[in-house]
Amino acid sequence: MSATLLALRGVETCYGNIIALRGVDIDVNEGEIVALIGANGAGKSTLMMTISGDPRARRGSITFAGRDITKTPTHEIARLGIAQSPEGRRIFARMSVLENLQMGAAVCGSGHFVEDVERMFAIFPRLKERAQQRGGTLSGGEQQMLAIARALMSRPRLLMLDEPSLGLAPLIVKLIFDVIADLNKTQGLTVFLVEQNAHHALRLAHRAYVLVNGAVAMQGAGRELLERPEIRAAYLEGGQ
Amino acid sequence: MGNFLQQLINGVTLGSIYGLIAIGYTMVFGIIGMVNFAHGDVFMLSAFIALIFYLALTQMFGVLSLPLAFILVLLGAMVFTGLWNWAIERVAYRPLRGSFRLAPLISAIGMSIFLSNFVQVVQGPRNKPTPPLFTDLIKVEVGGYDVTLSYKQIMIVSVTALLLAGFWFLVQKTSLGRAQRACEQDRKMAALLGVDVNRTISMTFVIGAMLAAVAGTLYMVYYGVVNFADGAAPGLKAFTAAVFGGIGSLQGAVIGGLIIGLVEVFFSAYFSSDYKDVAPYAILIVTLIFMPSGLLGRPEVEKV
Ligand SMILES: Nc1ncnc2c1ncn2[C@@H]1O[C@H](COP(=O)(O)OP(=O)(O)OP(=O)(O)O)[C@@H](O)[C@H]1O
Ligand SMILES: [Mg+2]
Repeated sequence: MSATLLALRGVETCYGNIIALRGVDIDVNEGEIVALIGANGAGKSTLMMTISGDPRARRGSITFAGRDITKTPTHEIARLGIAQSPEGRRIFARMSVLENLQMGAAVCGSGHFVEDVERMFAIFPRLKERAQQRGGTLSGGEQQMLAIARALMSRPRLLMLDEPSLGLAPLIVKLIFDVIADLNKTQGLTVFLVEQNAHHALRLAHRAYVLVNGAVAMQGAGRELLERPEIRAAYLEGGQ
Repeated sequence: MGNFLQQLINGVTLGSIYGLIAIGYTMVFGIIGMVNFAHGDVFMLSAFIALIFYLALTQMFGVLSLPLAFILVLLGAMVFTGLWNWAIERVAYRPLRGSFRLAPLISAIGMSIFLSNFVQVVQGPRNKPTPPLFTDLIKVEVGGYDVTLSYKQIMIVSVTALLLAGFWFLVQKTSLGRAQRACEQDRKMAALLGVDVNRTISMTFVIGAMLAAVAGTLYMVYYGVVNFADGAAPGLKAFTAAVFGGIGSLQGAVIGGLIIGLVEVFFSAYFSSDYKDVAPYAILIVTLIFMPSGLLGRPEVEKV
């Protein structure tokens, strides 16, 4: 069993008086791919953002690499090595693809920028063709590739992806999932991802959590969850 | 023809000063969506700082070389005005971030009143004459009209051009400039990428104040007198320039500044100098009614 990289204990998050997370416990171990699935409004994006400190957990604790980050400011959490490609991609629309990647590398200086950009262009050749184009004029799929590449530019210890397959053609989804699996295998990158596409996610992930109404309802090995009838009924039927 | 040329020279000179101030309005608006009503008074304050620096250098430290004194005054005014604006943001605007939209605006108006009163109390209400600087003139006769181009004007336009080039480089090519543009577009995402948003906003205020300080120094040199009330009119005209150019757009602020400067000068030359302030404000009103996003306000099509 490898070391725990990220640990959430009893995390509770609110928006005003709406409670979005109700005491969530989650562990992500070094070198793992962990998936988080759940219905719309279950609190998945809120969970990801809470890890990044925006919004802040009202109760409970979040530890990353042995350090309590529950109250750490968002930008410092990023500098500790947590990169997030958030819901809605949030590409800088008035910056070029290259500048978006530069923003991704902001935390780790420019020492290996050229090398890292070449690596991203090798993974997503499409981005290379579009290097000087403005982020806002990219297609949805291109934006998603850019969002993932931008997150990878910081050489993170933990990569968090919120719905990387949203709105993408099956071929691109496969490309993106292959990239994630490959980075995990070859570089031991730890990945925590939220997915609507439960079938793909559960096959990819070592472990998975199911979030229902802001609380963890089920957890287990990805493939094992895939077999459970209640999961099939709720998240897979018609989804594949 | 000669007169036209003369007014053109005067207008570009004045417009340079407005443009430098306008950048401060547009940058702050771009990053936190606030119209910084105190910016004109920060400009006025910087002119006083420049004057104090100039007197101290020449009379206490006996700096005799005029260009050297001028450069030191410029740098001193930039540093001190930058510090002032940094403190103003910390005290008056940051605590109100996340509050209702009008709160920082009201605070800025309060800060504007505070600054002009503060300078009035500390420096007195009368015009402060400044020693004449760069007084040489170049005279050319064009069509029977003496066109004069003063060293002052050459100096003002070239300092402005140089600073704008440096500023453009800062915004487009440095990591601070990129962080600044990122915060302008999506603060939340910038923070997720490790950008210290508060620090970036502070730097925006400092940079805006530094450009205003350049404008303040040039203004002092150009008019040879400064007054505690000098923040209001140039401030409002520079704000007009920023709105006319498209608030949020840096090029727009510079172009807007030049146009407002030219309009003001031509209006007073050909119509009435008593009403010279009417023209820029008329432009403000017309812009707000018919072209609220200004000349260069975000034309491109984007997916969000
Ligand atoms: N900024 C906000 N203010 C108020 N309520 C919010 C806010 N963001 C999210 N919520 C609420 O919190 C709950 C969880 O939202 P969240 O975005 O985390 O869901 P999700 O699991 O990511 O859903 P989806 O699959 O649709 O992306 C929802 O009920 C939502 O309405
Ligand atoms: Mg979501």
